Amino acid sequence: MRKNLNVIAAYSIMMGLIVLVGIFQSWNIALSIFNLCLISAVMTMGANIQWGYAGLINFGIMGYTALGGLAAVLISVNPVQEAWSAGGSNILFSLFLIIVMVLAVRYVLKKYEKSKKRTYIIATIIILGIIIIRFVSEPGIEAIEEIEPAKTGFLGGLGLPIIFSWIVGALFAGGLAFVIGKVALGLRADYLAIATLLISEIVIAIIKHEDWLTRGVKNVIGLKRPAPYEVNLQQTDWFINLVEKFNSSKLNLITDFSERQAALNQFVIEGSSIFVKLCYSGLFLVVVIILLILTQKALYSPWGRMMRAIRDNEEAANAMGKNVVKQHLLIFVLGSAIVGIAGAMLVTQDGLFTPGSYRPMRYTFLIWVMVIVGGSGNNFGAILGGFVVWFLWIESAPIGLYLVNLTTAGLDDTHFLKVHLIESVPYFRFLMMGAGLLLIMRYRPKGILPEKIEIK
Amino acid sequence: MDFVNAIILLLNYIFVPALAYGSQLALGAIFVTLIYGILRFANFATGDMMSFGTMFTILFTWYFQSVGIGLGFLPTALIAIPFAIIFMISYMLLIDKFVFKYYRVSKSPPVQLAMVSIGVMFVTQAVVRIIIGPSDRRFFDGEKFLIKAGEFKEMTGLNEGLAIKSTQVITIIVTLVLVSTLFWFLNKTKTGKSMRAYSDNEDLALLSGIDPKKIVMITWIIAGILATIGGALYGLDKSFKPFTYFNNMLPIFAAAIVGGIGNPFGAFLGGYVIAFSEILLTYAYRKFFMYVLPESMEPGGLVQLLSTDYKFAVSFSILVIVLLYRPSGIFKGKIL
Repeated sequence: MRKNLNVIAAYSIMMGLIVLVGIFQSWNIALSIFNLCLISAVMTMGANIQWGYAGLINFGIMGYTALGGLAAVLISVNPVQEAWSAGGSNILFSLFLIIVMVLAVRYVLKKYEKSKKRTYIIATIIILGIIIIRFVSEPGIEAIEEIEPAKTGFLGGLGLPIIFSWIVGALFAGGLAFVIGKVALGLRADYLAIATLLISEIVIAIIKHEDWLTRGVKNVIGLKRPAPYEVNLQQTDWFINLVEKFNSSKLNLITDFSERQAALNQFVIEGSSIFVKLCYSGLFLVVVIILLILTQKALYSPWGRMMRAIRDNEEAANAMGKNVVKQHLLIFVLGSAIVGIAGAMLVTQDGLFTPGSYRPMRYTFLIWVMVIVGGSGNNFGAILGGFVVWFLWIESAPIGLYLVNLTTAGLDDTHFLKVHLIESVPYFRFLMMGAGLLLIMRYRPKGILPEKIEIK
Repeated sequence: MDFVNAIILLLNYIFVPALAYGSQLALGAIFVTLIYGILRFANFATGDMMSFGTMFTILFTWYFQSVGIGLGFLPTALIAIPFAIIFMISYMLLIDKFVFKYYRVSKSPPVQLAMVSIGVMFVTQAVVRIIIGPSDRRFFDGEKFLIKAGEFKEMTGLNEGLAIKSTQVITIIVTLVLVSTLFWFLNKTKTGKSMRAYSDNEDLALLSGIDPKKIVMITWIIAGILATIGGALYGLDKSFKPFTYFNNMLPIFAAAIVGGIGNPFGAFLGGYVIAFSEILLTYAYRKFFMYVLPESMEPGGLVQLLSTDYKFAVSFSILVIVLLYRPSGIFKGKIL
């Protein structure tokens, strides 16, 4: 109990802050902050596995998040039958060609010794393959995109419940990570960072512009939900009764019947959105707890010990007979898969998929700030980092406004400096994140909750 | 005649724009490569440092415009750049003193310095957005075109026009002058040689009595000059928007690595490699083939290798291929 005191204290303060937001701003805001904190926590756990356990630097978090989101679309949206009949066969044939191409390259890699000739053969296979695939897929893509472009214009998905996408998102992200890991893991740390950052940009470019698959920048809206809809809740009897019970003390003060009804209506509308958010919180919390248990178990297992050994001294671990390359690849895939889950969760919560909104600032660098601030190598630290940083990211605008008002209190309300500063309040979040990261790295380089390995 | 038309077409849509864009990338890439070679970390704040310098250029341009100082047909920004450079250099030296120095002195691993540079990126981005705002700004004045497409057609009697923007010419000339001065400095002067020695082997350089403090300071000064001029030229040619500058960091990194990181000349060429391949691969060649081929063989489609949406993806794919086959870059930089 005693040695975990700082963990408990840190988490209680964090929860207290969210409750304060609930009391002073509104419970709706508090819960949406809480939900996104949970999603951020999943992302930081993924990044923490890679960076904290194994010392692998992955700046491609944005790409895996987007792939998770794509999984949510491909799983939950109903298939568009006309699109499938118009261009489905072409797309399937192109897919088959891609598989053939990959197999051919693999065959050449195995069959021939490393030489210039082999490189040229592979280059020819790839270039020819791309040209053929373009010829095959182009008419199909055009046909698909022509079908009701305002509403669909894409193949749609499988029409399954969206919850499944959380697993499929993990598979997608893990698959991408396997490919990237095969290609890039041999690189030195900062090169790996740049390479993953650029590859994630390529992934986003593909998701943004392949309209037949993702609708691209036209966005996919109105995804299915694992939680009830507000409108339906507002008409259900048990929910209205529940809200009435909760607010009975306030309602009893109102004597007039019609006024009482109006007040109840108001409470039901507010209550319904809070209830939906609570449903999401419950689902997310389950994911976070399962992942936390698994990652903690992994951290203290022989495997976790081996990962730390590899992180702290690669050569020594190698000399002890540990397969560094294989373990690096494994942990790269695992961490990315967790980020993929978070990406699918995010889209599930929003109910829409907007490829244009994936930006490295928000989905890569912010997650890294979370991991570093929270404490890399410590799962509780990483989760706390997700909470703290997301909370500050949202609440920095009100805090910034307060600070601006405080420092410019002596100035006239129309003074140009004050007006300008108040207009630029949203950007104080960047300042706060940057300053926070720099201060933590300088004075507490191991984060708020540092890594602490106990031998059990 | 058709053949000449085809050449002019390529010059107008591929060669001139790629040369200008490549010059802007090259300046940024040399900036990245110098920081990497001498201070030994990947600077993720590159794009935002460039936007910081450009911001000062814009502020000074506005000031000069308001008091009525101008250069006639040349953009006012050209006189604003030196003043912006002074501010930029002091900002960089301040950052170095308060942020990077601590990690350099305590010999932190490069990854940690890269993380720190992300903190600097956040702060710089915030400062730029708070001072000048996130919106698109154009600060170009003076004569827009050196040769207009219409005039060129009249002059030569060709079907295709060749338009050369004055900003493109300014970009190319300034880049050439700046880069050749830089190479002269690095190769011929004592300070430049000691910088290269320090980059090559730190311990040996220290033993030979080279003062690391001086080297680091000069590196930041050169970096400040490159970042401001590179950013200002990009802003003059296109427009200034903090978000675009942040994104430009990616092709700049690609250029630096393709050219061999730590090798300034490689970075210079890398800028052009990236710019040309981006534009060559995404240009629609339909009109070109219409001029070159006989009428019966005219292509039906756009004859575009990749859609322009994948402009960025091209440079990154080149980078990935280079990293796989020649991790030290096309022009041999440090082996990583």
